[in-house]
Amino acid sequence: MSSTTVKKTTAAQPNGDVKVKVAPTSTQPPKADKIADPRAPKLPPFQFDASLKTNPDDVAPTGTKPPVSVAEVFETLAYGPAPESPAVANAWLDDHGRDFGHFVNNKWYKRDGRSKYECRCPARDEFLAHTAEGDDEDVDVAMKAAHEAHKTWSKLPGHVRARYIYSIARHVQKHIRLLAVVESLDNGKPIRETRDADMAVVARWLYHYAGWAQVLDREMPEMTSVGVVAGIVAWNFPLMLLVWKVAPALAAGNTIVMKPADYTPLSALLFAEICAEAGLPPGVFNVVTGAGATGAKVAAHPLVDKLAFTGSTGVGRILRRVTAGTGKKLSLELGGKSPVIVFDDADLDGTIEGVIDAIFFNQGQVCSAGSRLLIQEPVFDKFVAKLKERMTHLRVGDCLDKCVDIGAIVDDKQRKTIDGYVQMARDEGCDVYQACSCIPDKGCYYPPTLITNVDTSSVCVQEEIFGPVVTAQAFRTAKEAVALANNTTYGLGASVWSENLSKALELSLMIKAGTVWINAHNLFDAAAGFGGYRESGFGRDGGKEGLYEYTKPKHLKLTKRDADKIDISSFGKVTPHRPSLDDERAEVATLGPHAADVPSVDRTYKMYYGGAQKRPDAPYARPIRNAAGKVIAHVGEGNRKDVRNAVEAAHKAFPGWGKRAAHNRAQIVYYMAENLEVRRVEVATRLASTTGVSQEDALKEVDAAIDRLFYWGAYADKYGGAVQETTLYGATVKIHEPVGPLAILCPDENPLLSFVSLFAPAIVRGNTVLIVPSEKYPLSALDFYQVFDTSDLPGGVVNILTGERDHLAKYMAEHQNLEAVWYFGSVEGSKFVEYTAAENIKRTWVNYGQSRDWFDPIQGAGEEFFYQAVEVKNIWMPMGTIFAN
Amino acid sequence: MPHERNPGIPLDLSWVTEGRVNLAATKRRADQHKVRRSVKMEWQAAWLLRAVTCIDLTTLSGDDTEANVKRLCFKAKRPIRRDILETLGVADKKITTGAVCVYPNRVNEAVKHLEGTNIPVASVAAGFPAGQTMLKHRLMEIEEAVAAGAHEIDIVITRPYVLQSKWQQLYDEVKAMRQACGEAHLKTILATGELGSLDNVYRASVICMMAGADVIKTSTGKEGVNATFPVALTMLRAIREYHQRTGFKVGFKPAGGIRSAKDAVSWLAIMKEELGDDWTKPDLFRIGASSLLTDIERQLFHCATGRYAAAHQLAMS
Repeated sequence: MSSTTVKKTTAAQPNGDVKVKVAPTSTQPPKADKIADPRAPKLPPFQFDASLKTNPDDVAPTGTKPPVSVAEVFETLAYGPAPESPAVANAWLDDHGRDFGHFVNNKWYKRDGRSKYECRCPARDEFLAHTAEGDDEDVDVAMKAAHEAHKTWSKLPGHVRARYIYSIARHVQKHIRLLAVVESLDNGKPIRETRDADMAVVARWLYHYAGWAQVLDREMPEMTSVGVVAGIVAWNFPLMLLVWKVAPALAAGNTIVMKPADYTPLSALLFAEICAEAGLPPGVFNVVTGAGATGAKVAAHPLVDKLAFTGSTGVGRILRRVTAGTGKKLSLELGGKSPVIVFDDADLDGTIEGVIDAIFFNQGQVCSAGSRLLIQEPVFDKFVAKLKERMTHLRVGDCLDKCVDIGAIVDDKQRKTIDGYVQMARDEGCDVYQACSCIPDKGCYYPPTLITNVDTSSVCVQEEIFGPVVTAQAFRTAKEAVALANNTTYGLGASVWSENLSKALELSLMIKAGTVWINAHNLFDAAAGFGGYRESGFGRDGGKEGLYEYTKPKHLKLTKRDADKIDISSFGKVTPHRPSLDDERAEVATLGPHAADVPSVDRTYKMYYGGAQKRPDAPYARPIRNAAGKVIAHVGEGNRKDVRNAVEAAHKAFPGWGKRAAHNRAQIVYYMAENLEVRRVEVATRLASTTGVSQEDALKEVDAAIDRLFYWGAYADKYGGAVQETTLYGATVKIHEPVGPLAILCPDENPLLSFVSLFAPAIVRGNTVLIVPSEKYPLSALDFYQVFDTSDLPGGVVNILTGERDHLAKYMAEHQNLEAVWYFGSVEGSKFVEYTAAENIKRTWVNYGQSRDWFDPIQGAGEEFFYQAVEVKNIWMPMGTIFAN
Repeated sequence: MPHERNPGIPLDLSWVTEGRVNLAATKRRADQHKVRRSVKMEWQAAWLLRAVTCIDLTTLSGDDTEANVKRLCFKAKRPIRRDILETLGVADKKITTGAVCVYPNRVNEAVKHLEGTNIPVASVAAGFPAGQTMLKHRLMEIEEAVAAGAHEIDIVITRPYVLQSKWQQLYDEVKAMRQACGEAHLKTILATGELGSLDNVYRASVICMMAGADVIKTSTGKEGVNATFPVALTMLRAIREYHQRTGFKVGFKPAGGIRSAKDAVSWLAIMKEELGDDWTKPDLFRIGASSLLTDIERQLFHCATGRYAAAHQLAMS
């Protein structure tokens, strides 16, 4: 029999399990050599009297107790059903007539005529309850409730909000078993996991953020609540993901409308009731249920100020486009294809358990599931053999059974998707191994699966399967492990397994992922943010970093817009300048040192990238006029290919720049300040003549720019991260990594100061940049060519392109190898950048056409600059060797 | 004994030193073992009965005399009240404990009171519990205990050899002890609480097996830290590795601090999960304990009657 086929035998085993035929293992099946004593009286097999039980519902979850005798089990030592009672959960469902409305203003909101969704338990294929499909009116009612509640909730003292959240945490703990059972029934995941993982994390998150509400004014004085937060969360950890968003949102003073996944809305509704019981004021937390269509209505509702999403990359992309240009804040926690890197010096048996945690936890339906095993070649065969043996011990079964490892897949549709991927792997010629010690014949289950004989080009290695399926590839060296780990469009999690800490740490830094676990996988805690790089999304759930998703700088008074009315269809098209017969050249002389009848020497600026001045790819020039409208110089008209070249230069410089000591980056920025100071008057004069401000004001701007260079120079070595106070015994270290090569498009206001204010934070934090100076007044930025050259700035760290801002913005936003775009321009451009960034889920920072006071220390150099300049990575380092004397 | 005795293999130092144990990862798995397997109803009763058959019912006290050794032996023969067994339908299963474990000086008394049964007598030996006596005396002690009728010898290893990485000496010593045992089975007590690291626990486990141990055992019960799950996992993984490489099955015996029925079930589950069903039977699995049996019997009483027993309703050991 092939080890790659799952063959169900129809005969039930004595313990009621139906066994999956498993591959041969090193352990032998139990020998049932019965010791029969002929003298012993023949006794009927003992049957338990249910009335003896303290809990009469405490029977096998399938409702029927398989006939079994103690004597039989004594011989076989089989496992039996170990059911958790669904009685209280059923009573709760019955309390509501198994027909739920939405939860708005602390009341059930139910309207006739709504279509209904049938919630079923996928483990048992049993009906649980009906929930409502929210329509426009339902969404509107909930949004208005939240909007109204925000007026008072956001103004409460932090301490009062802390009391409310603390109260919710306490009430959650009072109902924690009910929550666990409801979650387990609705999702099909094992009760042991909802009890020990999901609900434990829920309570921890609430307590952690109750604390943040208390200290927020002191810890984040520049920030304030955003307003109404709309949350759309996935079905894999229904309540946990919901609370990941609710807790920080409430702490920061927002009110909330949550749309749980259609498969799993029940725990959200129960939680809403618990919040009301805990005394949360009406309208602060509301739930609207429904499927994707309801989610779209939620995302599009004009009262939404912030949309927080956990789910697939596909839907994340749609939400990015839907919200583009509206002014709504957005955070996306999306898919992943996280690597598990196993070195030959790892504790292999310990690592096997890590793989179990990584890919079979929650049936593999975890965004950070370790679905790609990368194993060092010398131990590849041994490790795969160990894993295969280990998999034969996995018990797949009913969600309320406390003796199973793997529960049901959430829905048959998902199960078919998983199976489709596995079938595709078979078709590609990969080796598929499936094993477990038992699997029910009824319900929606999928056996744990290992796919070998795969490589980078296999579909199952590239795409997120979201099920209990892991692939295994071999690597030779640490460097190759990094390359393979990063050879993915995702960047959510990773684990590194080695007893060599210096190796593990270096890899942790080199892997592009928001969370890296050393010798562990899938550890979560409220004190450490969780979220992704690349197409795994942006924003973090957890920690202080998570609070930025639910706060905004106090100075930002954004007007939200109906983005449908913003036309971006012809955005970024440009027709370069042609000769004309006006008297523009006459003006040139005024900048020169000579008499009016002697023309000054023509000034045509080149671009600057890769550390040298470069001609534009297409030789077109753009006239730059002074305040009087006269042409004073020309700059290159940048195009798509200039962007391409500059991105390459920025990438080339990126690894080296990031590795430089922060001290060194600081020195270079201080040196820029020094060199700017030397040319202070000259730069101010040009600034005055081009923008029309007074010489005095121009000098002020130059001085402010020098100040800002000092400011960011100072922060080059003072914002590296922190040690997170998680529940881990060991160190959880938050590293503020550079975002990557990113693009910056500068505004026209304060052209020198805004240029400096934007590139300096980016580069001190290790990013390399493509920067487009003010379209109207680029000259003072172009003066920086010489400043850069004389300041020892390595080539490629700052790359300056000139031309039409929106034309360049288009190609930067479309470039797949840029990690972020900061756009300070028009309303249309802001929408375009956000919309286009959806393609590779790059981070964006846009101004929606609104200007800011660049001289202001918060508006021009506040917390949002730090936030935008870094990517948060949390590295988990468990420790310990002392176990006894 | 249904399996072939482990004859030992030549010392393979590279194997000894290449083993790596990550304590944090081991602890995580150990914690999971405690919550991922639960047995209820008939299964709970059956598992507890199986646990009874794996108990090395032990007394190792300075004041042991024939009186209490005899009582222990009687309890070993009839560990569970007959009416409980009848109610559970297992009266025909000849349930006894796995062995009785005593000091060498008490072996002949134990043998006497277990005569006519298949219950083996186990004796601690070799300078138990510290092992800080001369090798020749330790070997003589083994021989005397075997001569007195002990079927199993629980020796202690020389901890200084482990702490000083004197692997060859450790191997030679255990091998000599195996020889001294003759037909009696050798159970090597690692005294893991005194070995300093899980790496050392792994190394000592592997060396004892290479030297011919039939069973490796966690503790004497006298160290500060005894049979913990992380230690057990480390030793079980060594047993699994040894079985995979050599084909020989070596048994496991946790001892010290195992007192509750719930613990006993967890221990059976960890054996079943890590090594398979073969290792859940008395030839390859023992629990060294004295008060555990009382708690199991109390639990079985509840299984059979739905009521909790008073202490005086169960025979003391």
